Amino acid sequence: MSVVFGVVRFPGSNCDDDAVRVVDQVLRPAGASGRIIWHKERALGGVDVVLVPGGFTYGDYLRAGALAAQSPVMDAVVEFARAGGPVIGICNGFQILCEAGLLDGALARNASLHFECRDVHLVVEGRPTPFTHAIPAGRAIRMSIAHAQGRYVHPDVDRLEGEGRVVFRYATTDGAVIEAANPNGSQRNIAGVCNAEGNVLGLMPHPERACEDLLGEGGEDGLMLFECALAWKAGVPARVGGKR
Amino acid sequence: MRARVYVTLKSGVLDPQGQAVARTLGRLGYGEVQGVRIGKYVEIDLEGGDPDAARARVEEMCRRLVANTVIEDYRIEVDT
Repeated sequence: MSVVFGVVRFPGSNCDDDAVRVVDQVLRPAGASGRIIWHKERALGGVDVVLVPGGFTYGDYLRAGALAAQSPVMDAVVEFARAGGPVIGICNGFQILCEAGLLDGALARNASLHFECRDVHLVVEGRPTPFTHAIPAGRAIRMSIAHAQGRYVHPDVDRLEGEGRVVFRYATTDGAVIEAANPNGSQRNIAGVCNAEGNVLGLMPHPERACEDLLGEGGEDGLMLFECALAWKAGVPARVGGKR
Repeated sequence: MRARVYVTLKSGVLDPQGQAVARTLGRLGYGEVQGVRIGKYVEIDLEGGDPDAARARVEEMCRRLVANTVIEDYRIEVDT
């Protein structure tokens, strides 16, 4: 029995096929499969995990993610999340989940004003989530970012931290969380957060672009998030980063 | 009827666009410029003739879509 990842496709999504490839091909031997869910669908079709991919939905008009958050499919995504289903939003998907009210905070224009497109390192912390529960805390993992509006802003970041809802922070290659490692001016180097229950996760970096050695020097650190979700749903112990 | 909506970043939220414009104005010799904040201006044309009702509807539109109240404020003017 495979664990089915539903990847939501909006007009302007552009990391959807990459995400499907990870689950449907790279992790197929491990028991995953993937399927696209068009944004006009009103039901998710019994998927086990929902992934809202990156891209530039609706041309980032008004605000990144603002219009996609009002798509017909989002009612079903919200319902799935409220029932405890694992949901991950990557880059524009993170922006969409914030705009839809599934995650707190907002993503503002990068402090640098640049479109930041490069590899970054992250450390994992906070409460366990379906996508990170087996990643060792403090280990610096590497993946790429590609965004202009990724500066995380939260009106009460102390509370967010107190609740263990900061899941990823930008760090140095050694895992040190310092301002120099912050690519976009996010409050306290925040790269990813989860909801109060922990089942909804959003992050600006792209794990789906760091799942195969072939794709440059990014390595396979991103695969750990998918392996965690797979193990979580399959009810088996997670073994992540096994190829390192 | 037309509603004019001004969406601005909340005070305290960094506005790097405004800072860049302020620096450039300074380079152009406008030394008196103390700061610049950049926002959005949205015109919404509506049917109906009751300005109070229109304002209430636009208020709701702002909360639900036109502004992100986590980081933005909005101000509404209704022309009659």
